[in-house]
Amino acid sequence: MTTDPFEKTLLKGLAENDRRATETIYKDNYPMVQSLIINNNGSVDDARDIFQEAMLVLYEKAKSEKFELSCQIKTYLYSVSRRLWLKRLQQLQKYSSEVEGFAEVVPVEDELELHEMKNMEFQVMEKAMMGLGEPCRSLLEAYYLQKRSMIEIAGNFGYTNADNAKNQKYKCLTRLKKLFFAQYKNQVI
Amino acid sequence: MNDDVQILEAVERYILGEMNIQEKEYFEQLRRTNPEIDQLVVEHAIFLQQLTHFGERKSIKGLLHETHNHLINTGEIKDVMPKIRVLQQVNKYKKVFAMAASIAGLTALAISGLVAFLSPKSSPHEIALLKKEINAVKISQKQTQKEISSFKSIPSKPDAPGKFGGTGFLIDGKGYLVTSAHVISKADSIYIINNKGEYFKAKTMLVNDNTDIAILKIDDNRFVPVDHLPYGIRNGKAELGEQIFTLGFPRTEIVYNEGYLSAKTGFDGDTITYQIAISANPGNSGGPIFNHAGEVIGVLSGKQLTAEGVVFSSQSKNIFAALDSLKVDSSLYSLKVPTRSSVKGIDRVQQIKKIEDCIYNVMTY
Repeated sequence: MTTDPFEKTLLKGLAENDRRATETIYKDNYPMVQSLIINNNGSVDDARDIFQEAMLVLYEKAKSEKFELSCQIKTYLYSVSRRLWLKRLQQLQKYSSEVEGFAEVVPVEDELELHEMKNMEFQVMEKAMMGLGEPCRSLLEAYYLQKRSMIEIAGNFGYTNADNAKNQKYKCLTRLKKLFFAQYKNQVI
Repeated sequence: MNDDVQILEAVERYILGEMNIQEKEYFEQLRRTNPEIDQLVVEHAIFLQQLTHFGERKSIKGLLHETHNHLINTGEIKDVMPKIRVLQQVNKYKKVFAMAASIAGLTALAISGLVAFLSPKSSPHEIALLKKEINAVKISQKQTQKEISSFKSIPSKPDAPGKFGGTGFLIDGKGYLVTSAHVISKADSIYIINNKGEYFKAKTMLVNDNTDIAILKIDDNRFVPVDHLPYGIRNGKAELGEQIFTLGFPRTEIVYNEGYLSAKTGFDGDTITYQIAISANPGNSGGPIFNHAGEVIGVLSGKQLTAEGVVFSSQSKNIFAALDSLKVDSSLYSLKVPTRSSVKGIDRVQQIKKIEDCIYNVMTY
């Protein structure tokens, strides 16, 4: 458990999508990961991708209920990035069993497996959303993601009343569910 | 269609906890009696959870992206290759570097000049004397060395070549080895030889003729304990078709062979052995059978004379069984048998390089 109260506050902020906390973690850790990637055959773009992916892993961890970070944020982000980059290199067949680095690492394999599953689920939902078309997509995003009220949505999308909008929303939702589960069941089982 | 919408709405309100008590009771009653509704609730709960995750992820991704751009704009992080930055600095400080280097050079010259001038001059005669003395020391040292080595070689090498030979391998760095029971049966004394040709005396700790496993201990103070064994001993069963390899001493040179696991049981369905397909010769007995990860899955035991290419190997679990009975029999220090291989995932040639020092030729007299 990271005992530093400042780090705890930062993680709590990250879990709540707090801009300042995210910025602080980002600027304190990005340079280290960037030099790791660049010194191991990567580009600046690779560094950004890998670091943001590692931030996502940290975010998921910070959000989970039995959240426990057994090391400093810095060590954790570095370890995850290193692992992710190693994997990317292997996929690109620039095989190397070692990524040269200078900082301490902790084992993160289990968490990355979970993260990969979540990535997959995200992609399934993204694909389903893309297949839905307008105005269904915007309607569902407004209600379920941006948590707008039905009355507001009815006004924005030009429905005569909230009930009409609600009806339409459920029709869209049924379609999205069909698209989603057609993929999801294939992938998960 | 309208019915579907109404049901879906009810399900969603139920999951989100928006129903009042009567509605909820009625709905739960419905859920218990109608499996289709129940299925819908479960499915919709998963779906809503997925949708929430999707939303959260999308927004944090957006936030990360914005943060990156924001920090680049404010200059708090830099989007450039650090290597280039170093070069830029070199250019910037070129003059300073050059000046520093020339000052350092001048200082070094001045100091070495001073040292040469001030140091006492020794006469060539003295130097010659010293040299002689060194030679005398050298000669006496050589003599001592000769004595030591002749002394060393006397007890270490038995007089006659061994009668029977096999292979053994370390299971604990302190000098415990496993070999086949039949290799050391009827042995008066046992010597083991490493791949550098050094002999060590060993004694038998345990023999199990049933599983064809024997445990030896190196009983020689010239043996240097090994800190860490590169391979592990597998506690579970091996898989059919697993690629395997062995190292052994069918001749005085270490020999490598590879093959595969052909049956999970041995001769006549014997469950303490495996059948393997590997080329093996007399002398390979007692050799470790490794899987691709460098875990010992068995100990080579013998081959069927009536069939070609059928070799049997005692299963690695028998090693653990033997160690357990050894612990019961005596109050030995607890053996640390490695179960994890540290040569996993590396090239075979590298694996062998790491492993071969722990494989010994077993000779009996």
